[in-house]
Amino acid sequence: MKTFSREWLLSETPASRAQAAWGRRYRLLLDLTSNGLAVAGFLIVVVCLVASLGAPWFATHDPSLQELGNRLARPSATHWLGTDELGRDVWSRMLWGGRVTLGMVIVVVMAVAPVGLAVGCISGYAGGTVDRVMMRVTDVFLAFPRLVLALAFVAALKPGVESAILAIVLTAWPPYARLARAETLTIRDADFIAAVRLTGASPARIVLRHVAPLCVPSLVVRVTLDLGTFILTAAALGFLGMGAQPPSPEWGAMIATTKRFIFDQWWVPTAPGIAIFMVSLAFNLLGDGLRDVLDPKQR
Amino acid sequence: MTTTDAIRVDDLKVRYGDFEAVKGVSFDVPAGGSFGLVGESGSGKSTILRALAGLDRSGWTGGIAFEGRTVARTRDRAFFRSVQMVFQDPYGSLHPRQTVDRILCEPLDVHGIADTEKRIARGLDEVGIPQAFRFRYPHQLSGGQRQRIAIARALILEPRILLLDEPTSALDVSVQAEILNLLVDLREERGLTFVTVTHNLAVVAHLCDRLGVMQAGVMVEQLSVEDLRLGRARHPHTRELRALTVGLEAP
Repeated sequence: MKTFSREWLLSETPASRAQAAWGRRYRLLLDLTSNGLAVAGFLIVVVCLVASLGAPWFATHDPSLQELGNRLARPSATHWLGTDELGRDVWSRMLWGGRVTLGMVIVVVMAVAPVGLAVGCISGYAGGTVDRVMMRVTDVFLAFPRLVLALAFVAALKPGVESAILAIVLTAWPPYARLARAETLTIRDADFIAAVRLTGASPARIVLRHVAPLCVPSLVVRVTLDLGTFILTAAALGFLGMGAQPPSPEWGAMIATTKRFIFDQWWVPTAPGIAIFMVSLAFNLLGDGLRDVLDPKQR
Repeated sequence: MTTTDAIRVDDLKVRYGDFEAVKGVSFDVPAGGSFGLVGESGSGKSTILRALAGLDRSGWTGGIAFEGRTVARTRDRAFFRSVQMVFQDPYGSLHPRQTVDRILCEPLDVHGIADTEKRIARGLDEVGIPQAFRFRYPHQLSGGQRQRIAIARALILEPRILLLDEPTSALDVSVQAEILNLLVDLREERGLTFVTVTHNLAVVAHLCDRLGVMQAGVMVEQLSVEDLRLGRARHPHTRELRALTVGLEAP
């Protein structure tokens, strides 16, 4: 029965748990692929991920190999996007930089979404004092401006990717907690949760198995819409010299170190700029598509 | 009354802030009996049922005893094996992202009951749902089918007492009769005790042997269905409700 045919997936009478689950996923996929812009966003994201992961193969030069006699060169057959102020190949640096930038973003998402989900669901379901305390803590974190906190971290620790990630994570989770809490509040008094309470299930089980899964879709949508912001924040930190440190190729840092050439050798800072723009836009398109598919309120 | 009463409610009061939703209600249901709580919206009948089920979080006062044992506001797990509830709206009482299988499996999982396969299959049979529907999601079922699933879920732990909160009012008229007949059959087969909340006297006549009429948080009258049918109601509110139902049924 484990044949993933179209009929098997779209069957109105699935014969097993697995078939029902895969059928639901397949229907979501069909909905998503019917949205052209979302597919475009998804493809761009995939291309960027593949390009960064495959940097050793796609890069034409060593990203930190300096060639001072050939600095700020125009795009040519040997240097597809030209060279930067130290004669390093921009195309290769952009590919390797994708690893740093996208890697930062992925780590941020993996830290932020679960924390926000847990805090929001527990707070919303427990209510009362627990809710009040947790939400005030959330407010405290929400009150920090992201870049200012990042600067504080850098001052306390050291400039670098880790500090940047920590700073973004600490300031990015509160909106997720708020979102998950709001979702939980609409669910907690629903009859289907009352029915689960009537089985004698513990609150932990109810939150984990019945409430949290319903909050995940809106969080996924929010994450994809925020990914662009995370990339921009990571880039901004790099731009301010607080994120990835030279010679590590990070998109924001690349723009920062070459911004003084923008009028004469415009292609040097433009290439990473376009990369940031494309990835942010792609994630936003994908997020919009996912929201149309996943958000039950939009239906 | 003896201690063998399945349910005994003594001077139950429920407050929501300054508003007293239930103002001291008492009634008993013998084991195997079927009691109807009737009244208009806001008369406090559903509030009583939620307090009985242990779903009321705001707190009630008075005495509630099941099968001779007084229960507190929070119930232990064993309680839910003897008392279960069916909700009014089958569109709201089934988890939208869980299959029928998962919904029926959950109570068994919580109570660590092993033979889930057999129990789920039998549960579906009992409520007349084909096995082919087992892995469907609620949105793939009709309202009547959903309510059957909700009944199957309530019965899967084999409770002795079933609380029914307007079990048919969200359904189509033709489906209402099917569900009512199903409930009557199940009660006979299993010797269940029912407490049914409804605003529909026809449902009470079909499903219950006694009823209590609620008005503004007070139980104004208790009478048998036989008395109701013969028009022997004493309280004006009961007569009023009866006149409304009769008026609706006569074209």
